[in-house]
Amino acid sequence: MDSYLHTVDSDWYRQRVSGALICVLAAFLIILVRLYYLQVVEGPEFRRQSQNNCVRLQGIPPPRGLIFDRDGVLLVENRPCFNISIVPREAKNPKGVVNKLAELLDITPEPLFARLAEVRGVRSFKPVLLRRDVSRDVVAIIEAYKLDLPGIVITVEPSRHYLEGKRASHLVGYLGEISGEELKSGCFPDNRIRDFIGRFGVEKAYEPYFHGRRGEQQIEVNALGQLTRVLKTEEATPGNNIYLTLDIRLQRKAEALLSGKVGAAVAMDPSNGHILAMASSPAFDPNVFVEGMTYESWNDLSSNRFRPMENKAIQGQYPPASTYKIVTAIAGLEEGVITEHTRVFCPGYYRYGDRTFRCWKRGGHGFMKITDALVESCDVFFYQVGEKLGVDRLAGYAKACGLGLPTGVDLDKEAKGLVPTSWWKLGRMGVPWQGGETLSVAIGQGFNLVTPIQMLSLISAVANGGIRYKPLVVRRIESSDGSLVKKEVPVPSGRLSVSDKTLEIVKRSLMDAVNKPRGTGWIARIAGIDVAGKTGTAQVVGMEEDNKENPVESEHLHLRDHAWFIAFAPAEQPRVAVAVLIEHGGHGSTAAGPIAREMIKTYLKVN
Amino acid sequence: MIDRRLLEHFDWVLLSLTLVLGGIGILTLYSAATANADIVGVKGLVHLKQSYWLAIGTGIMILLALFSYRWLNRLALPIYWFSIGLLVAVLFVGKEVSGSQRWLILGPVSFQPSELVKISLVIILARHFSESVSEEGFSLVELWKPLIWTLIPFVLIVKQPDLGTSLIVLLIAGSVTIFVKIERRTLLCLTGAGILGSAVGWFFLKEYQKLRILAFLDPEGDPLGAGYHIIQSKIAVGSGMLFGKGFLKGTQNALSFLPEHHTDFIFSVLAEEWGFLGAALVISLYVLLVIWGLSVAVRSKEPFGTILAVGLTSMIFWQAFINLAMVLALLPVVGVPLPLISYGGSSMLVSMGAIGILLNISMRRFLFKE
Repeated sequence: MDSYLHTVDSDWYRQRVSGALICVLAAFLIILVRLYYLQVVEGPEFRRQSQNNCVRLQGIPPPRGLIFDRDGVLLVENRPCFNISIVPREAKNPKGVVNKLAELLDITPEPLFARLAEVRGVRSFKPVLLRRDVSRDVVAIIEAYKLDLPGIVITVEPSRHYLEGKRASHLVGYLGEISGEELKSGCFPDNRIRDFIGRFGVEKAYEPYFHGRRGEQQIEVNALGQLTRVLKTEEATPGNNIYLTLDIRLQRKAEALLSGKVGAAVAMDPSNGHILAMASSPAFDPNVFVEGMTYESWNDLSSNRFRPMENKAIQGQYPPASTYKIVTAIAGLEEGVITEHTRVFCPGYYRYGDRTFRCWKRGGHGFMKITDALVESCDVFFYQVGEKLGVDRLAGYAKACGLGLPTGVDLDKEAKGLVPTSWWKLGRMGVPWQGGETLSVAIGQGFNLVTPIQMLSLISAVANGGIRYKPLVVRRIESSDGSLVKKEVPVPSGRLSVSDKTLEIVKRSLMDAVNKPRGTGWIARIAGIDVAGKTGTAQVVGMEEDNKENPVESEHLHLRDHAWFIAFAPAEQPRVAVAVLIEHGGHGSTAAGPIAREMIKTYLKVN
Repeated sequence: MIDRRLLEHFDWVLLSLTLVLGGIGILTLYSAATANADIVGVKGLVHLKQSYWLAIGTGIMILLALFSYRWLNRLALPIYWFSIGLLVAVLFVGKEVSGSQRWLILGPVSFQPSELVKISLVIILARHFSESVSEEGFSLVELWKPLIWTLIPFVLIVKQPDLGTSLIVLLIAGSVTIFVKIERRTLLCLTGAGILGSAVGWFFLKEYQKLRILAFLDPEGDPLGAGYHIIQSKIAVGSGMLFGKGFLKGTQNALSFLPEHHTDFIFSVLAEEWGFLGAALVISLYVLLVIWGLSVAVRSKEPFGTILAVGLTSMIFWQAFINLAMVLALLPVVGVPLPLISYGGSSMLVSMGAIGILLNISMRRFLFKE
């Protein structure tokens, strides 16, 4: 009975639905009235706004952060770049206008037509870029003939300018246009199509700091799409300025010394890992990447047999040759297979099984102790140390010296080198390690591969008492108003496994190697300053890979050895360490030594 | 499964209205997409994709009309909890798109569960109310279940965050509840709670959402930022005048002044190109659709069908109304698509699914007698 009272009939529903219907009709009536008001009452005004005074939002690209050297010398800036575009809809006859433009500028119109054809639909109001980075003269011509060129607009945008050109190009890096995939990836949320982003070097590694934030501008344009008024501007935030650890004075010197040679020269402050110079020869001019490169010039760069695009300081991998004897000496002394007093006779060769291993000095060195062996770079002494150590124990020390691993410098594409072990060879080549190979490895030949920056890190650690610092290329990052954003602090990345006593022996030997007339590094001595260093001459002959790589290369140059010199100075209070490698330079002392010497002199400001 | 009677009663008017609106959507998208082909890139194909969605949607619509909608009454709870499950899942494994986690990716298909939940909420509410509807109206105590059913998806969608859809959910539930009548006291109580809730909710809004509401209240205050959408949408709509600029001739659209021109602001593209006459015609089609939905509700001879039809119709009505009001700058920009016209698979499929159920109720109006 009760439930009967509560049930409702269809009339009740009909009544409820009528209520809903009234609400619905009222709501849509509001919409219709509003639509009528906007389109019919206010319509002409909005039509005028949409036709004559269009308000457009325009992005303002942020100026990219500047790059300075450690003392504030400006290395990379932004300059205004003038672009010519065409707004097809305003040009009426775009092809005619482009023809006229080509005629005025005395250029062939075909590439411009190609640009125009890329854009679908001639009714487009959006400017189509015809030519990037034209000179001020061209801008003047276009301004003068403006009336004959309807639809042609000139825009200005900041463009990267590398003041030093090729100098430090590998460290500084270069820019490239952002790709569609990168835009889609979401890693570059503030970038737009046709933006340039860092592609190499510091430009790439510190991209987020350089970028800044886009601004926006509300502009009013007339029926021709030309700017009539800026209504409101939200300025772009310029990117952060970066102060490198680089000393541009030393960099200039290093590159001058390397000119005409193929190789790398790197310098570091041993007390904190600051890279003071990083030269790689031959170099490239990063300006061409923003100015727009032709296919030919890219081909020249990428197929050049001296690999100008490669930063040899961190990407080049070479046998360390005699510079590696520092590692063998440390391992031998620390493992106790030799002592400071162990004497070895060098007759100029060493017999191992049925093979004869030669010392570089055919006549032999006579009786040698560890210090003499380092000073005169006696191969026979280190053959025997290596033999006693075995390759795997030696590899342990090499790894503690930072070899076989990237140093962690904040630059792209760093190579890690190679420290061979018996396991590595078995895994890689499927054949067991041969005892004789240990002898080659002990003097830095054989399978060993190192990069110049690894050797620099090693010699710096020897200089500063055993600490390996991560090489730093950036000292501090400041915002455009000068406030500090980030300060890079020295990061120890490891210690040499070496006792103070051993390190002392090694340092003394390296000092003698430069300062004693019989030392292999005699050529690098500087009057009044104690330089400590080690030469290296890496045999190229017999390295088959090299032969295959450059079959047309002149035989003489190609067969010459790679020259190494690693050094630090002053020996007691080291302020600078350098590593120099010259590909096919010949002997380490004559080809690389003088370069190291001049770099040290430049940095320490002695004549 | 289908007897002749059902076919005879098939609701051709409803079907035609739906397809005509969908077709208008594709035409408008074609205009929006071609004008902006070079900047939207892949999206240049939106009109093509939308035609696929329309085709798939038609399939789903027919499918949902085949079996008796009474099944929905029986399956109301499982359907509800399934869609809530998807909503929970989206919070954990959903794909984030511009700051909101709304999408569930299943292989090649991505879907917004918040769209589905609108329908499943209507079903469960219809089932509940149809069992206990009375002329006195519901009291607050009797409403606790519907309240909880509504608040669960509401909170989950707010968390995504998707303000527009969560408001739609509230509006749909509110419409159904008021339709079945509630006591005046209860109504006042709930309205009071709603006002209080939105006041408190303001402090939980994201910065961009606050900006949008402030921009609505004073668009000129920030013409470059949040107010830009509103101003440009008004210019686009207004500049269409009585006859419009003509198909593919909208300049606001071509100059990419219009943001979201293929999703939430598609109606301004339409209004610009077709003028007041065209826009009013499209609005009339929506009015017809909604009236037709309500007539389906009246013609159904049993409470579940009636309430279900009202709920589904209210869903289409609210989305259309809020979207139009937003585009015409009568409401803040809350991000609600225009049913059947805005680009988007989830929205299209769910709108057509709802209409499928309406077709279902309409076809079976003679099968159930009191």
